[in-house]
Amino acid sequence: MTASRVPSVPPNTKLPDSRWRTPLLSVVIVLGLALLWEALKAFGASNGYALTLGGLTIDLTLFNDAQLPHLSDIARAFGEPAQRNGEPLYQMLFSAGLYTLSAAIKGFVIGGAIGFVLAVIFTHSSVLQRGMMPYVVASQTVPILAIAPMVVIWMGRAGNVELSVPIITAYLTFFPVTIYTLRGLTNVPPTALELMQTYAASKWAILIKLRLPNALPQIFTALKLAATSSVVGAIIGELPSGIQDGIGIALLNFARYYNQSPPRLFATIFAAGLLGILFFSVIAVIERLVVRWRAEESL
Amino acid sequence: MTTIIEMNHLSKSFRTKDGSSVHALDNIDLDVKQGEFISLIGPSGCGKSTLLRIIADLIAPSSGTITVNGKPPRQARQDRDYGFVFQNATLYDWRTVIKNVELPLEIMNYSREQRDHRAREMLAMVELAGFEDKYPWQLSGGMQQRVSIARALAFQPRLLLMDEPFGALDEMTRERMNNELLRIWTEMNEMSVIFVTHSIAEAVYLSTRVVVLSPRPGRIAEIIDIDLPQPRTPETRDSDAYFHLTSRVRYALRGHMASHGFDE
Repeated sequence: MTASRVPSVPPNTKLPDSRWRTPLLSVVIVLGLALLWEALKAFGASNGYALTLGGLTIDLTLFNDAQLPHLSDIARAFGEPAQRNGEPLYQMLFSAGLYTLSAAIKGFVIGGAIGFVLAVIFTHSSVLQRGMMPYVVASQTVPILAIAPMVVIWMGRAGNVELSVPIITAYLTFFPVTIYTLRGLTNVPPTALELMQTYAASKWAILIKLRLPNALPQIFTALKLAATSSVVGAIIGELPSGIQDGIGIALLNFARYYNQSPPRLFATIFAAGLLGILFFSVIAVIERLVVRWRAEESL
Repeated sequence: MTTIIEMNHLSKSFRTKDGSSVHALDNIDLDVKQGEFISLIGPSGCGKSTLLRIIADLIAPSSGTITVNGKPPRQARQDRDYGFVFQNATLYDWRTVIKNVELPLEIMNYSREQRDHRAREMLAMVELAGFEDKYPWQLSGGMQQRVSIARALAFQPRLLLMDEPFGALDEMTRERMNNELLRIWTEMNEMSVIFVTHSIAEAVYLSTRVVVLSPRPGRIAEIIDIDLPQPRTPETRDSDAYFHLTSRVRYALRGHMASHGFDE
């Protein structure tokens, strides 16, 4: 809420060079990590993949070409076909990524909607909150790897195996949305609420005009968490489903046939990570556009 | 003149977490006539904010009766008979200045044109024309309170309840805001104001009557008529009458029964 004093730094007014500072920093960090990668490999190679320090021999075979391919090899693997006479790897990963992303988005929307509705219900009924919250929390302690096959079987019986991936994804995404949205909706300054009472505002008006805008920063935090969880959920959901089109099965295959070409697995891992980053960044951009009054930078 | 607030033997006790009772207000008898400017003054914890919130139906009394505008406080609140100004401006960060002023009008289902027209009118009245599209963080404390006042008056209530609205401001801004408030009060015909304050100077300068409350449990120690001429001006603060009245209030606060040597 607004304090009576004027903050010394106005929010969201960017100086020209600070707009470039964050992307520049990201690039520098990525380059730094790449350098570290190759440096560790070079260090391992020059020491014959074993380091003797005062009587102890440290095994450095982690850095050899089979376990940690050169970045150049990984880059090359993107351009080469993964299957005999097939399309280049990057193309295959692109369509696989798209498939997984669409399932992730579906799950994200379903989970987000469920989480939001639960949070609104819990805000207005402490009885329901106290009753249901333990089960909501407990649902997350069951490992997703145990739930995923069950969902696949149920959906198979219902005749729609494809839907199992969004459902598994929604299972992971609804929880952070519930928790953070609930906090945002209920964490309203007392005088802001009293103000609404002096207007004899209805619960609906209070929700729309006070609780929701007040909760937006928290909701976006939850959505950013949910974005990355949804990619993970979609990938995991694909594994027991037998779906061939997504990144999940690509990961599985390249892991199984790792020794044929180690760089391919790494390439796929990078692609999966990129997917998560992409989704996260889209949410972050939307947040910047919507939550314009926020003074501090959030996650 | 009609009576706008009637309080009879009004008392309030709070139950604290450890089970004991806090006796906040004790047997308040007070009638407020329409058009009056009443200050409630007293030491910290004397229950003046509690009394204001009972009038506003934000808190229920423990015993006694109270009518606001001839109705029970709940009815007066549902009929939107009063505007409330809090100690901090309580503006909504995500709304521009004009949208903040429009908030009560939205809830009361004014049309878009009515809201816009009314909000601009009120902002002009508090001399913030031109600041409509700014956000609260861009305004100083005094300006934010002015927006809060514009918002409280947007739907033209007959009663204005103010809870130490200028308490967080520095003295010079406070004096300027006092003059602003008096100007606004005279512009709004026949509006009654209940004003909670810590400041003796402010209470005497602004009011037609000052109600002095004792320390907890809050009882009415004295009600002092402020018969200074209207309209009050900065020169009023230099007058002998003003000085005598502030002394009377100060004495009443200290617990001495006033009047000795001060009623000529």
